[in-house]
Order: sequence, then structure tokens, then C-alpha cells
Amino acid sequence: MAIIEVNAVHKAYAGRTAVDGVTFAVDEGEIFGILGPNGAGKTTTVECVEGLRIPDAGTVRVAGLDPVADHDRVTRLLGAQLQESELQAKLTVREALELYSAFHPDPADWRSLAERLGLHTRLTTRFAKLSGGQKQRLSIALALIGNPRAVVLDELTTGLDPRARRDTWQLIEEVRDSGVTVLLVTHFMEEAQRLCDRIAVIDKGRVVALDTPSGLIRKAGSSTVISFTPSQPLAPDDLAALPAAASVEQKGGRIVINGTDETVNAVISLLARHRITAHQLRVSEATLDDAFLDLTETRTEAADTEQAA
Amino acid sequence: MTTPLASNPPAPTAPSSASAPSLAVLTCEARLFLREPGSLFWILVFPTVLLTILGLVPSYREADDGLGGRRVIDLYVPVAVLLAMIMSGLQAMPPVLAGYRERGILRRMSTTPVRPSALLTAQIALHGAAALGSAVLALAVGRIAFDVRLPGQPAGYLLALLLATASVLALGAMVSALSRTTKVSAAVSSVVYLVMMFTAGVWLPVQAMPEVLRRIVECTPFGAASQALDRAASGGWPGWMHLGVMALWTVLPAAAAGRWFKWE
Repeated sequence: MAIIEVNAVHKAYAGRTAVDGVTFAVDEGEIFGILGPNGAGKTTTVECVEGLRIPDAGTVRVAGLDPVADHDRVTRLLGAQLQESELQAKLTVREALELYSAFHPDPADWRSLAERLGLHTRLTTRFAKLSGGQKQRLSIALALIGNPRAVVLDELTTGLDPRARRDTWQLIEEVRDSGVTVLLVTHFMEEAQRLCDRIAVIDKGRVVALDTPSGLIRKAGSSTVISFTPSQPLAPDDLAALPAAASVEQKGGRIVINGTDETVNAVISLLARHRITAHQLRVSEATLDDAFLDLTETRTEAADTEQAA
Repeated sequence: MTTPLASNPPAPTAPSSASAPSLAVLTCEARLFLREPGSLFWILVFPTVLLTILGLVPSYREADDGLGGRRVIDLYVPVAVLLAMIMSGLQAMPPVLAGYRERGILRRMSTTPVRPSALLTAQIALHGAAALGSAVLALAVGRIAFDVRLPGQPAGYLLALLLATASVLALGAMVSALSRTTKVSAAVSSVVYLVMMFTAGVWLPVQAMPEVLRRIVECTPFGAASQALDRAASGGWPGWMHLGVMALWTVLPAAAAGRWFKWE
């Protein structure tokens, strides 16, 4: 069942369209990613979900509730970590946790939450003295403190070092494993690929694709690259007959084939049939990066991609 | 809007739950307020220190015929009281409120069941309380150290005091509402605050101003406050005109602040 439903939402600021008919639904228990370049309308979209902005057109529902009209009830169900949102500089971690606990009728135990997020050794540290990673972890803690059914995490790992980013990813997976639905806004491909069950790619205010990470990669043309140096030359006819191969190139004795899993199997049996050894055989997955560039570039044809998974 | 709330339906809004979070916000902001030594000095200590310094000048402790037989120090007690209010409402508060908006603190709170207005209310209440505390300190030091008589009309004095506080807080809230950033709000408050200091009589007590100037200054919140406090100090009921001017300077800026305050 969908816990967050966004239906044909439009939002413009002073005549400039930020969100132009975005539709998606987040199922309970998944990590749903919103991926897109800067200024694509990602943050505006989730701000409509959080009830911080009122859509010009379209509807948003969180567990069936309108985030603006039923703001109070929605805030009890939905935790939010906002982009670039700070706390009072001289507020300590402990005070922040206690304060935000007091906001909720049925809060989580802030001590165990702090421990889970590795903040228990920083309880007396003031917000201004925390590192970037610690501030983000505190933000996650405050988003989770009301025992929400879903959390919105907006550009959570922006500005973190690679180590802190990886720790945060693990944390998000733990949050999902504890039964909380996660709506994750990001512009990092690696993050989306690693974490998300499904991704909506947003570009210029529109959803240009919505699928699982591997589905997106598959859709974006050739998803697998096979390269090797054969011990004997291969017949061009054999190469041309390979199934699902998008392209075959030969460069200085090295063959590079763009295709799918099916192509990989065909290449292997072809080599076996001719008893040809493949030197330096490499099979690599195309990344979400490639898919993303494909999707956001060929936006005009993809614009009518309304097929939700 | 038919909600198949599967496992855990949200708890119905308990009416009693509204006050507990607001109290938590107030307690928390009070703690933070005590961590600002700069603000505490300017609001609570500075006005009384200024009064003390002036009181140490021997000639200021002598009756002056030009002031109707009163001493300069007698006139400076209400000035110190008003100075405390200006420091609190116009010097200290606007950058705090603007900072809370600028740094996304209000926005973050908007995503919780508590309205961010609880934070603004707490700040306004704390700055009001600090100003009144400082006023009491100035009155006490004036009485104990320099033998300045306590207000002869305490009820009228208190009324004028509360109206002056309300007015300065409303003005401070308006400055925060209309300035986009902390820097702008600090700059605007500095200008307003110098004007207010003048009209409160910090450089020249309102009662000692030339007639025409005094008439003009009486139309400002602190000129009116000064006259009202002076009247109540000497035992009379403050003039309704002065009280009315302060009330007007409370209602209008408060309405403007409410109308134009940006939450982000």
C-alpha cells in the first residue's frame, strides 16, 4: 500500500515552474529515491509532501491525509530532515533530543536513538561544535524521534566525506529495516543505486523515469559492457549474430561489446565453440550514472514516460 | 480521505498535549538565553551600570531648579528603565528571531507537531521578562544607592512599564519580520535603537528637552513612555494621551509583524 502519494503536482514560484506535473507513489517499507540534477524540483516536491508548500495544482497524500489541511496529523506520521536546516548554535545534542521528544505524543526513547546513531558520546556537545556528519546524524535522530511511519531525507549526505557518507547509508538501511519508509532526495548516483528500491528521476520539474535502479540502467540502452582480447580473430559474422548486442567495436585486437546478460552468455559459448581464449575478459555493468545521463539528455522523448513500475 | 489506517492509527490530538511542548520550548530557550553573556550584559547590567556612573557625578545628585527642584539622577532612573527595554527588544531580540528563520530552525520545527510560533513566542516572552527584570534592578539601585524615590503611583508606573515593554517587543518583532537576513535586521535595529535611545532621553532627559522637541518626542513610544513613567514616579496617574501613544505603537507594529513575518 502506498504511504505517500503525489499526484500531478504543479508548483511555480513567481511564474517560474519548479514542479510540473510530478506523480509517484511510495510504498510502505521501501526506500524511494528522488534523483535529479540541481534545480530539478526535487526539494520543492518533497516540501509539498511535508506540507511546507502548497501545490498550485495536484494532490499530495500521506497515509491518506492532506499534508496542509491535516498538518498536525501528518507531522506525527512523517519525520523530516530538511536540506540546510540548523539548530540553535548553543543547544546541546541532549537538549535537542529532549526538546524534540517533547514535541511528540509518543516519542522514541532518545537515549537508544542517540546510541544507534553514534551520538551518545556527544550528548553535551553544542550544535555549533558538531562535525558535518554528526549534525546530519542528529538531524536523522530528530526526524525519527516521533516514531514516524515514514521519513523524508533531503540531500542527507551532501557535504559529508566518503567515510561519513557510507556510514550514513548504512544507517538509512537500518532505518528501513526497522520498518520506516524512506523518501530519499539525492543527486548522488552511487547513493541512489546502493540504497533505493525504486527511483523517480526528476528533470526540469518532471518525472522522466520511474523504476528500480537496475530497471533504469536496463532501459538506458546497453547495460553491460563486455571486453576481451581473443587469442585468435573472431569472424565478423559471428560477432554480428550476437543477440541483444547494441554495438560491437574492435580496436587493436580488443573487442568491446555493449549488450545485456544474454549477450554475455552468447559471447562465452561462441568462444568455447571456437576454442578461443579470451585474455583480460572484463564484464562490467553500466552504472546508474550512464542511465541518468541518458535519461536527462533524451528528456524530450522520455517526457511522456509515464509508465510507473 | 477515507484512510485505511492499517496498524497504528495516529493518536487523537489530546488537548492537554498543547501546553507541554510549549513549556519545553520556553525552558529550552530560557537556557539558551542564559548562554548569551553579551545579551545578558546589555539588557540586565548595562542600564544599571550607566545609572550608577551618572549617580557618581556629585552635581547630578544635587537638586536642580531648572528641573523643578529634582536631581538629574531622578530623571535618569526612568531613562535606565527604558534603556533596558530598548536593549532587550530592539538590540538583542531581532537578530535572534531573524537568525532562527535564516538558519532553518523555524522550518525544521514546522515539520513537527509543534508550530514554530511557539519558538517566537518564547523568545518574545523571555526578552520581555529580561527587560522588566532589568527595570526592577534599576529602580532598586536608584532607591538604595542614590535615594531616588520609588514610584508614587505604582499601578500607573507598572501599566506604563508594561505598555512600553509591549511596544518595544512589537517594534523588535516588526524589525525581524521585515528584514530578510540577520545582517539586515542587525543594521535596521541599530538605527531604530539609536532613535529610540534619543527619544527615551538617554542623552537629554525628555523632561529637559525644549518644548517643541518634547512635543514631537512625546509622539514616539519612548517619549510617551518617558513622560508616563515620570508622571507616575511623581505620584500622578500617567496621561491617557501618553498611554494611548504607547498602545498605538504596540498594536500597529505587532499587526505589521504578524502580517509580514516570513517563516523562511
